[in-house]
Amino acid sequence: MVSIDIETEDGQKEALRRMMLIRSFDDTAGTLFADGEIPGFVHLYIGEEGVGVGACAALEPDDYITSTHRGHGHCIAKGLEPQSMMAELYGKRDGYCNGKGGSMHIADVDAGMLGANGIVGAGPPLATGAALSAAQKDEDRVALAFFGDGAVAQGQVHEAINLAATWDLPAIFLVENNQFGEGTPVEKQHNLENLSETAEAYDIPGFTIDGMDITAVYEAVQEARERARNGDGPTFIEADTYRFRGHFEGDQQPYREDDDIQEWQSRCPIDSFASRLVDAGVMTDDEVESLRAEVDEEIAAAAEYAQNADEPDPTEAYDDMYAVSVPELTMFAGRSVRADGGSPTNTDQ
Amino acid sequence: MSTETGTTHGKSTETMTVREAIREAMREEMQRDEDVFLMGEDVGLFGGVFDVSNGLLEDFGEERVKDTPISEAGFLGAGVGAAATGSRPIVEIMFSDFMGVAMEQTMNQMAKMRYMFGGKTEMPITVRTTEGGGMGAASQHSGTVHTWFAHFPGIIAVAPGTPAAAKGLLKSAIRSDDPVFFFENKMIYEQSGEVPTDPDFTLPIGEANVEREGDDVTVIATQRLVGESLQAAEELDSELSVEVIDLRSLYPLDTETIVDSLEKTGRVIIADESPISYGTHAEVMARLMENGFYSLDAPPERIGVPDTHIPFSPSLEQEVLPSAADVTAAIRRLT
Ligand SMILES: Cc1ncc(C[n+]2csc(CCOP(=O)(O)OP(=O)(O)O)c2C)c(N)n1
Ligand SMILES: [Mg+2]
Repeated sequence: MVSIDIETEDGQKEALRRMMLIRSFDDTAGTLFADGEIPGFVHLYIGEEGVGVGACAALEPDDYITSTHRGHGHCIAKGLEPQSMMAELYGKRDGYCNGKGGSMHIADVDAGMLGANGIVGAGPPLATGAALSAAQKDEDRVALAFFGDGAVAQGQVHEAINLAATWDLPAIFLVENNQFGEGTPVEKQHNLENLSETAEAYDIPGFTIDGMDITAVYEAVQEARERARNGDGPTFIEADTYRFRGHFEGDQQPYREDDDIQEWQSRCPIDSFASRLVDAGVMTDDEVESLRAEVDEEIAAAAEYAQNADEPDPTEAYDDMYAVSVPELTMFAGRSVRADGGSPTNTDQ
Repeated sequence: MSTETGTTHGKSTETMTVREAIREAMREEMQRDEDVFLMGEDVGLFGGVFDVSNGLLEDFGEERVKDTPISEAGFLGAGVGAAATGSRPIVEIMFSDFMGVAMEQTMNQMAKMRYMFGGKTEMPITVRTTEGGGMGAASQHSGTVHTWFAHFPGIIAVAPGTPAAAKGLLKSAIRSDDPVFFFENKMIYEQSGEVPTDPDFTLPIGEANVEREGDDVTVIATQRLVGESLQAAEELDSELSVEVIDLRSLYPLDTETIVDSLEKTGRVIIADESPISYGTHAEVMARLMENGFYSLDAPPERIGVPDTHIPFSPSLEQEVLPSAADVTAAIRRLT
């Protein structure tokens, strides 16, 4: 069964809510980052919500996804909790990775979310591997890799697709073509007109769809999932979309014009889906607005929770390296200048 | 090694940051030799994600400042092929963690070609890449990986700790007929210092530099930890005389300068941000043992990342990143 059935009215409302949740989460994350509350750097998914939510809605709850550096949207679409995500952005102990990962590495393996990823193009091989293990265990699960147009230039992406295609694995390769890889436009990175033509090289089905339209994404992924579960192998989907914000927060964006941004903004996946629901009588304008307010409140509460959550203890830096305990880490931890309140110690002397 | 030896310092100097020093080195070498070109992700229009190559596209055009697709294996390999056929590429790998996807061309082509072909090829490629934690960039954007490259036969590895070293060494790297990995610690881009303006100023690869003279203890440092060690030395100035050396070149390694210092002080700390076990520290220590064992008054100390990855949360990151406080603590233990 799909995760969100967007053929039903309840499903449509839930899909809209998820997209709004992503928008609100990332708007808030952008503001908190600008205020210096969130360390590191953040890549926002604003404008691309239809892709993540449409795709994850069509997957079954047990299916796997792999994500990218621009992963907040994939997480929320897969059903992760905004408050534990926000705590991770703050580097707090209650975050999804206990503060070790941050924005670029949020993961919840139990929920099938195999991680945002700091390495462009690293997700597809992992998805191929998850599909392989599902096939080996004879489980009805598929693995979907989200990756960017820029990632299509990575060798490991192609190796992963070839492997999945050759072995007929239940994988779906979904390119989010947001027209840029950092500051470089897609036409300066690829010779192909449509990235979905990549599929031809591997003799698998390939489609280019409108990524600003959640239902187009939903339908394409649903079909691809059907194919995957029937043993017919992977599908390559290119969703055309756009990021409304800079590559990362703080990006001056010398590489594009305001007009282009505005043109794409006029096709906002949330507004267009909301007005379709209003036109179809599924929701009233007021209901859309109160849903938005509700979502904003939820995200504000998540941010407040994260602000007040506990910092990890510095000694936790030595945890989680290995399944076994190794003496090196114990020795170095004991030598830390911070190990006993700042006075230098050396346990091995 | 075929690297030109450094000229003596030109008369005039200019205050500049490490970032500017690297940019100037590239600009001067591109002016000097039209076979030199730069390629990497967003090095042109965007000016590099750390703004290092800003302005070079305007000066040299798209043929010589090339924005690449996100294909490290492909364009680093293309750099190897271009270097084998008469060009002098400078290849930028945005974060050294991304060398993971470009290792094949480095290990089996770049490093081995001259030797395997019986000396019949040159490999004048320079790979510039960033290292180091401190930005909250988490494990896949904060590594210090230079030991791998210093360890690999056939590769030259340098890691400057000051603006002058950055400029002088990068110019030598570009002029070198051997493959040079040039490691830029991203936390010192803003650090400024005096840099010779003479376009013929270069620094010889393979020489360390005594940044501060002292008699009681030697700190052999690299990159960001050069500044941190100088700070620790200043703070202890009234009690102790601390010598600080910028190692500058990881391979070849300047055994003479470090052993001379050991003979003078008898106590040594090696401060390098790579993970401690099997790190750069170990090689420096081995050279000291082999060549200066009887001058040691105390066991040498290693300061580095305690065999973890770099965690995201600032409170965790601070714990594992070595700083002046760690250098001070080590000096206290040794003296
Ligand atoms: C292997 C690797 N190379 C380079 C980078 C730096 N980088 C991070 S995001 C990015 C652009 C990615 O573009 P795309 O795949 O289209 O994703 P988008 O940011 O547009 O969502 C680059 C070059 C990286 N993280 N990993
Ligand atoms: Mg993109």
